[in-house]
Amino acid sequence: MQVTVTINGQEVSRDIEPRQLLVHFIRDTPGLTGTHWGCDTSNCGACVVLMDGLPVKSCTTLAVMCEGHEITTVESLEFEGELDPIQQGFHELHALHCGFCTPGMLMTCRALLNENPDPSEHEIRTAISGAICRCTGYKNIVAAVRWAAENEAEARKGQEVH
Amino acid sequence: MQTPAPFEYERATSLEGAIASLQRLGSDARVIAGGHSLLPMMKLRLAQPEHLIDINDLHELSYITESADEIRIGALTRHVELLKSEVLARHFPLFADAEEVIADPVVRNRGTIGGSLCQADAAEDLSAVCSAVKAQVVIHGADGERVVGMDEFHIGPYMTAVGDGELLTEVRIPLRPGGGSAHEKVERRAGDWAIAAASAAVWIDGGKIVDAGLALSAVGPTTVHVKRAEELVRGAAPSEETFTLAGKIATSDCSPSADGRGPVDYKRHLAGVVATRALRRATARALRQEV
Amino acid sequence: MAVTENLPSPGQERPIGFGRLKRKEDARFIRGQGTYLDDIRLPGMVHGAILRSPYAHAKIVSIDTSEALALPGVAAVVTAKDLETLGLAWMPTISYDTQAVLAGDKVRFQGQEVAFVIATDEYIARDALPLIDVEYEPLPAIVNARKALDDDAPLIRDDKDGQVDNVASPTWEAGDEEATDRAFAEADTVVSRDIIYPRCHPAPLETCGIIADFNPQTGQLDIYNGNQAPNVHRTVYAHVAGLAEHMIRIRCNDIGGGFGNKVPIYPGYVCAIAGSIVAGVPVKWVEDRSENLMSTGFARDYIMHSEICSKEGKITGLRVDVIADHGAFDSTAQPTKFPAGFFHICCGSYTLEAAHVKVKAVYTNKAPGGVAYRCSFRITEAVYLVERMVDALALEMGVDPIELRMRSFIGPQQFPYETTTGWTYDSGNYAETMKVAMDIAGYEDLRREQAEKRARGELMGIGVSFFTEGVGAGPRKHMDILGMSMNDGADLRVHPSGKAMISISAQTQGQGHETTFAQIVAEELGIPPEDVQVRHGDTDRTPYGLGTYGSRSTPVSGAAVAVVSRKVRDKARVIAATMLETRPEDLAWEKGRWYVKGDPEKGAMIEEIAAYAYSGEPMPDGMEGGLDGQVIYDPPNLTYPYGAYIAVVDIDPDTAQVTVRRFIAVDDCGVRINPMIVDGQIHGGLAEGIGIALMEVITFDEEGNCLNSSFMDYLIPTALECPDFELGETVTPCPHHPLGAKGVGESPNVGSPPAIVNAVIDALHTTHGVDHIDMPCSPARVWAAMQGRPQPPQ
Repeated sequence: MQVTVTINGQEVSRDIEPRQLLVHFIRDTPGLTGTHWGCDTSNCGACVVLMDGLPVKSCTTLAVMCEGHEITTVESLEFEGELDPIQQGFHELHALHCGFCTPGMLMTCRALLNENPDPSEHEIRTAISGAICRCTGYKNIVAAVRWAAENEAEARKGQEVH
Repeated sequence: MQTPAPFEYERATSLEGAIASLQRLGSDARVIAGGHSLLPMMKLRLAQPEHLIDINDLHELSYITESADEIRIGALTRHVELLKSEVLARHFPLFADAEEVIADPVVRNRGTIGGSLCQADAAEDLSAVCSAVKAQVVIHGADGERVVGMDEFHIGPYMTAVGDGELLTEVRIPLRPGGGSAHEKVERRAGDWAIAAASAAVWIDGGKIVDAGLALSAVGPTTVHVKRAEELVRGAAPSEETFTLAGKIATSDCSPSADGRGPVDYKRHLAGVVATRALRRATARALRQEV
Repeated sequence: MAVTENLPSPGQERPIGFGRLKRKEDARFIRGQGTYLDDIRLPGMVHGAILRSPYAHAKIVSIDTSEALALPGVAAVVTAKDLETLGLAWMPTISYDTQAVLAGDKVRFQGQEVAFVIATDEYIARDALPLIDVEYEPLPAIVNARKALDDDAPLIRDDKDGQVDNVASPTWEAGDEEATDRAFAEADTVVSRDIIYPRCHPAPLETCGIIADFNPQTGQLDIYNGNQAPNVHRTVYAHVAGLAEHMIRIRCNDIGGGFGNKVPIYPGYVCAIAGSIVAGVPVKWVEDRSENLMSTGFARDYIMHSEICSKEGKITGLRVDVIADHGAFDSTAQPTKFPAGFFHICCGSYTLEAAHVKVKAVYTNKAPGGVAYRCSFRITEAVYLVERMVDALALEMGVDPIELRMRSFIGPQQFPYETTTGWTYDSGNYAETMKVAMDIAGYEDLRREQAEKRARGELMGIGVSFFTEGVGAGPRKHMDILGMSMNDGADLRVHPSGKAMISISAQTQGQGHETTFAQIVAEELGIPPEDVQVRHGDTDRTPYGLGTYGSRSTPVSGAAVAVVSRKVRDKARVIAATMLETRPEDLAWEKGRWYVKGDPEKGAMIEEIAAYAYSGEPMPDGMEGGLDGQVIYDPPNLTYPYGAYIAVVDIDPDTAQVTVRRFIAVDDCGVRINPMIVDGQIHGGLAEGIGIALMEVITFDEEGNCLNSSFMDYLIPTALECPDFELGETVTPCPHHPLGAKGVGESPNVGSPPAIVNAVIDALHTTHGVDHIDMPCSPARVWAAMQGRPQPPQ
């Protein structure tokens, strides 16, 4: 069946089987292999993307179910050459090693900050508890989110002045 | 990654349409909402429905409403909405207790109360929650709707009273004054199924518990409704002794199986621990309410 | 799109050389632009899927592939019979055993490879699997290693001539039995324990996979494969498949974690290669998570019986007897002549009078493997053993566990120290490191808090572990893998503009090599790290070496890079002397520049020397143009990083849930090239240790069914199970390493499990009489221990 999904603001249309998972639909789109998969049972979070702004596990969603919804992936974070503060925070605080969990983590953390701009350490750890990282031990990821939160707060203050 | 077997897909545009399709397609069809119980099973090829009916567009099934004597929750209401609901926080805080430990925050954006109840995994938390608060569920078929209590709803492992051609549409919870509730869960790791969990609700009037609900997850073939503990507690003044006795009944009246989460004796022990803790916390909340 | 830009942070120092430097490789990963194996699509590529055995032990009576072949989109279904014609039905393992690529006569573990489907896409390939009709005749399975040598145990490896039992590797010994018996005879206190290190799994987030692309016209085999030792794989494929080694190219690109899981050659790789050779198109095979957990290289599974003794308050002797469960094929990955890896380093950090170690390996009907998951070749098992035994001894002696260790530590003046089992530790100041850990932890305060809590019925435990491990394998004279020396190479080219490229044989799977190896060149030559390109992961364009595992990147490849940089610096000196019309001995070095000793204004920057070296100007007598160097580094010894770890746990007295409240880790890995990356490695390993200690385990039922083959049942810690790790450091340089660095990748996984288990026992000993518990310390198992019934995991 012909399925059209809006990914990062662009309509992507393909003839697929209903059973095609969203993660595969995304990864079959040129330039969008940033969304990964790491398990069979919806546990690892490597596949997290945003659907209408909320993090979802794209391995546990059919592509066809996403018609009429907005999907955003890690590739959408950088805008006109500017990294999103969460990306910058991960880089500043060494919140990634192999990079495989990173896209899912970034999307989860981006959604967290959108909803809760000043999360506590516990709130951050809870928000990312659906994403496994085998490399970092999570400490620097938590620090990266705090860095991004503080930088975004600074930026908002700067804007308020104007 | 593992992938599902082929199937036909249709997207329901109305409740009547969904039910008509279910009637037409029979047991070859499954409804999909959040999909976080069904799709993992389909990927492992433990379930191979030939037809999927996507009900995610039936927004009329997603609500939490409050009236004088009842709360109604639409079956399509997502876990995250139950977690954040101010209405539920006020009247039935055990929902938030449970939601904080159901799966993980990302899964909770998609999973629904209807899906969880109908999956009917014995370890599923909301089934115990609904049992404890004396909820009833509304089941829609071709002939209209019927209302069913939780004892009747839970038939066995992965089996509910919802038949082929029927759809769970609503959960109704009676509102009474003096209530308090809590859900206690013990798990091996965040996001895991319960080793044992208990939902407790009490209603207190004049210093006595006038009604109680106690149900356990993961320690029987389906949700365990601990009626004998409710009888013990009903009419009693709240006390540590009462909670402990209720816990002992929970330990003896459940029927856990050994598995990777634990052996039988540990699960029985845990059933008692979580039952006691849930009753204690439910009572504390009810008493604060009374004041 | 430019993905290599550096991301400078204004106002923060960017070191040229060692120091905290943000990673160059981040640029692509934070944009989701890494190239992992499954990201690669080649024109005409087809997909493989593997049919796996549901039985742990069964004869294969027949295989009918006709229905699968009839499925539209299926190109081929390969079985052992087909591979036999190519001589590929069996393959050699690193332990000089053989492993079935596809099962022919029998299946020997649940999940073993039986058939390989090739189809136009991965969904169809998987659809074909249930259509393959295999008739099995189930046989009794051996799942308990202790029973593998019973008289009535079924013979697993009846494929091997002369194999009459389930011994995989006969008893291997280290140490001195007689001297050990004497030490025990003269001891004041003797303690014995049965200690199990259960089977667990590295489970990197990216599963294993391969793309094999054989070009029938040219005979070139291109392989894309995330593996930790690409050169070795290339050599083995050439040998096994009868292909010309120079016509095989392996590219690793980005790897989503290895942890030892991506060292072995797996049957799926051989099937994909065979498929591509026969079909002449690229064949991609990527395993799913259940395949990863059920069939790829597991870790540990050591069943140990041990005794430890003390005299006059100090530890004097240690005896260990091990049954090692190797699974159905012996594919443990360690140097030849070390069938138990480096397990005999279990003599630990103490001045033992004597130790005696025996290890025997058996076959069981489980997946093959054993050496993986940051184990430093079984040092995880060794340290777990000795640190648990030391604690058991302290308990019996009524001595504080830190006090007993302090009394028995090798002293700083005693290095280089030769241990009772033949290791020569390079350097260390153990007591100092232990004290730093105690300070960070506030050890006295913790003991006070514990006493107060105990009085109130609350259970709190403090556990200690101190480890010395040996990494950076290894010297030619001592070790090899499959006959190949464990030496690694480094090629350095300084371009005419003064920018550089360093090609290494180490293989990062997230360790930050693109940054740290650039920092080594920067430190030695003064070329800023952003001007040094690190090239790796391509066997056509990198020197030969044995790859990255066993924490060997810094000790071996790092040394190679330092040595080659110095070679180039020495060459630059001679060229500079010509440029400056003086003699080389009149020149002195400051980072990036040779200058005249008597006239410091007069000098030549490395960029100027490079430009000169490529120009038409006269070179020094007898010297070739250009500015580059090539080195193969033979380490003179292993390096011996060490550390002091303290875990603080709280146990719920009713539910027996264990929470790691605090974890203090003080590591001494010698000189640290990039402290940020070192700390990151430690965080990650500590999280793994929490997993192993509390929740990670691969178990089987009596029939050999694997019970932990998904992430629903193989539990990995989330951010909620890990505390905010507290790190400290001491720096005791390695005397034989050019940079004084020792390597650190595996240390946190080595040192943390015993600290946590010691803490659990510490919480429960006084109140519940618990003096031993095996991992994982799940709530159910801890509760059983509290009832006086500690059960081994299986």
